[in-house]
Amino acid sequence: MSDQGLSDQSSVNRRSVIDTLEIDVRLLGMLMAFAAVAVVFTIWTGGTFVGPRNVFNIAVQTVPVGIMACGMVFVIVARHIDLSVGSMLAMCSAIMAMCQTAWLPTVFGTEFGNSAVLAATVVIGLAFGTLMGAVTGWLVGYQRIPSFIVTLGGLFVWRNVNWFTTNGQSVSLTDPNLLMFGGTEGVLGSTASWILGFVASAVAVWGIVASRRNKQSHGFIVKPVWAETVMAGLIIGVILFFVGWLSRYPIPAAKLKRLFEARGEVMPDGYTAMHGLPISVLILIAVGVLMTVVARKTTFGRYIFATGGNPDAAELSGINTRVLTVKIFALMGFLCALAALVAQARLQSHGNDIGMLEELRVIAAAVIGGTALAGGVGTIYGAILGALIMQSLQSGMAMVGVDTPFQNIVVGLVLIIAVWVDILYRKRLGLSK
Amino acid sequence: MIDRTKPLVEMRDISISFGGIKAVDQVSIDLFPGEVVGLLGHNGAGKSTLIKCLSGAYQKDHGQILVNGEEVEINNPRDARDLNIETIYQTLALADNLDAASNLFLGREIKKRGIVDDAKMEAEARKIMGRLNPNFRKFNVPVSALSGGQRQSVAIARAVYFNAKILIMDEPTAALGPHETQMVAELIQELKAQGLGIFLIEHDIHNVMKLCDRASVMKNGQLVGTVDVKTVTDDDILAMIILGKKPGHLAA
Ligand SMILES: Nc1ncnc2c1ncn2[C@@H]1O[C@H](COP(=O)(O)OP(=O)(O)OP(=O)(O)O)[C@@H](O)[C@H]1O
Ligand SMILES: [Mg+2]
Repeated sequence: MSDQGLSDQSSVNRRSVIDTLEIDVRLLGMLMAFAAVAVVFTIWTGGTFVGPRNVFNIAVQTVPVGIMACGMVFVIVARHIDLSVGSMLAMCSAIMAMCQTAWLPTVFGTEFGNSAVLAATVVIGLAFGTLMGAVTGWLVGYQRIPSFIVTLGGLFVWRNVNWFTTNGQSVSLTDPNLLMFGGTEGVLGSTASWILGFVASAVAVWGIVASRRNKQSHGFIVKPVWAETVMAGLIIGVILFFVGWLSRYPIPAAKLKRLFEARGEVMPDGYTAMHGLPISVLILIAVGVLMTVVARKTTFGRYIFATGGNPDAAELSGINTRVLTVKIFALMGFLCALAALVAQARLQSHGNDIGMLEELRVIAAAVIGGTALAGGVGTIYGAILGALIMQSLQSGMAMVGVDTPFQNIVVGLVLIIAVWVDILYRKRLGLSK
Repeated sequence: MIDRTKPLVEMRDISISFGGIKAVDQVSIDLFPGEVVGLLGHNGAGKSTLIKCLSGAYQKDHGQILVNGEEVEINNPRDARDLNIETIYQTLALADNLDAASNLFLGREIKKRGIVDDAKMEAEARKIMGRLNPNFRKFNVPVSALSGGQRQSVAIARAVYFNAKILIMDEPTAALGPHETQMVAELIQELKAQGLGIFLIEHDIHNVMKLCDRASVMKNGQLVGTVDVKTVTDDDILAMIILGKKPGHLAA
């Protein structure tokens, strides 16, 4: 090998160290910001902030924005924007509220709480959300109307079609099967949570090993074993800590008693039960994992990133960017419907202002999580972490008695500062052009 | 070596205009298997626009395209790829945020059980790059971190990897160093020997004399003429480019 070859090799190494660092530093930065928020409010609240109860609440409250932020990553990576997600959420929520309380029971002629009604409601809601998104995508992809305009219009349209759908009335939702999706009313309990935690840990380890094997089979250099072990250890640690912590949050005795009575049983003396993992958080985790797989391991995800990086190149590579745009927005719509299900179940009602201003939180979560508005760059885990940081901030401020207007001011400032810090850091590393 | 019995590509009377300006005006060129046809002309002559009608990037306004003697409709780059037409664009058409292997296989990823197999694609990319540019090692960084020449190597690798029958190269060596340019010249000769037909857009007249069998010269969107490279001098071709007409002794 020539001298030039050798020096080339070493510069590759130096470069890739920075690159690996870039990913880690970015994630690390977000984790540190998150930790800072947690520490400040823990001290301020005398410990209640990190108590199992509040951790549970923050996790549950993060879900709707977190779910939608995953879809927003794809939208923004592809150089689009979706300002209509809050209104789409409201629209889906209205459809689902009316389906389960008025329309379907009449059509099917069933009693309240029939599970077929709920199942059909969910299917209809998800399908409707997907359709709304697809229409947006068609206008953007095929008719070439800028997504900013289409979704700004959508913001007004859906918010008010929502109003007509329920005639401006709030709809109270009481089906216990629905409420399961909301958080407190749908938890796994500690045993099932632990089992799930161990299964998830095993899957994580298997994933790391499998990817390492695949790389080795092609003769690539892999990370040292200790690095992989540390990584695996960290992941397992986070999973089990989270499970363990929520498994220390007891269900109030009065509520347990009601649950027993509802089943026609008497609660044994001294009986206790823990919340464990809420189903809604599992939905968010499932969405996050699936979307990460889609982003990294499917052609759909690859094409989204390619289109964001260079739309002309994507088109010239034979990618049908129009169909791709429809799919991206349809997926966004689907996730809005899913978020609507969780949101209405948590609030136990559908109100006109459900999801109001949520589009801005969703975009902020994605951007705080490192999604670049210029397109081509973004991660799912970043967006979820972004949503979590914002929710923690807001929840912490609410706990220490900060008024809502001021909470929103802080969230707005955090958004700007997050992007600013990112720009400064990229300049420092010489990563920006 | 060149099989003159049946043309691989015939472009007949191709016209395309942008907002009233005729970028390509009634141009006819053809290409035989095992042949390299050079496309020459000043900047803005319409060379890239003409070949983009063949690669599916643009849709011609008028004219016919025949591949293997059959008229074809090329409405998008997918249609062109299906006809085994591969293109190296002047702009390279790379997604800057993806790495070399992802770019090489963009639109045609290798999959294993429905999942893109990055390791396999990188291994294949290493193989082909080893032939084109043995010094290339930046497989794990986005192509935005590559030099102009390295990016060009990736674009060339992408065009030759998929067993093209018809290759379009729009100034493929513009950013390459002398060594890499030499390797591309050898590659062109090798592909030619395998029976591919190649359209080569090239400003360097010496490369044209060295690599091409015929040369077509364009000026202001129109075809000045097509000449057999062996029967002309480089001055003849330069005269065609500059004056926009065939020199007297060639005008048959
Ligand atoms: N998409 C477009 N829209 C408008 N005009 C265009 C477009 N593409 C090309 N043109 C025009 O068509 C003419 C021919 O351009 P073309 O790129 O084909 O030239 P070229 O021969 O490849 O030149 P060069 O040697 O500089 O690459 C130019 O006048 C150019 O401005
Ligand atoms: Mg050109």
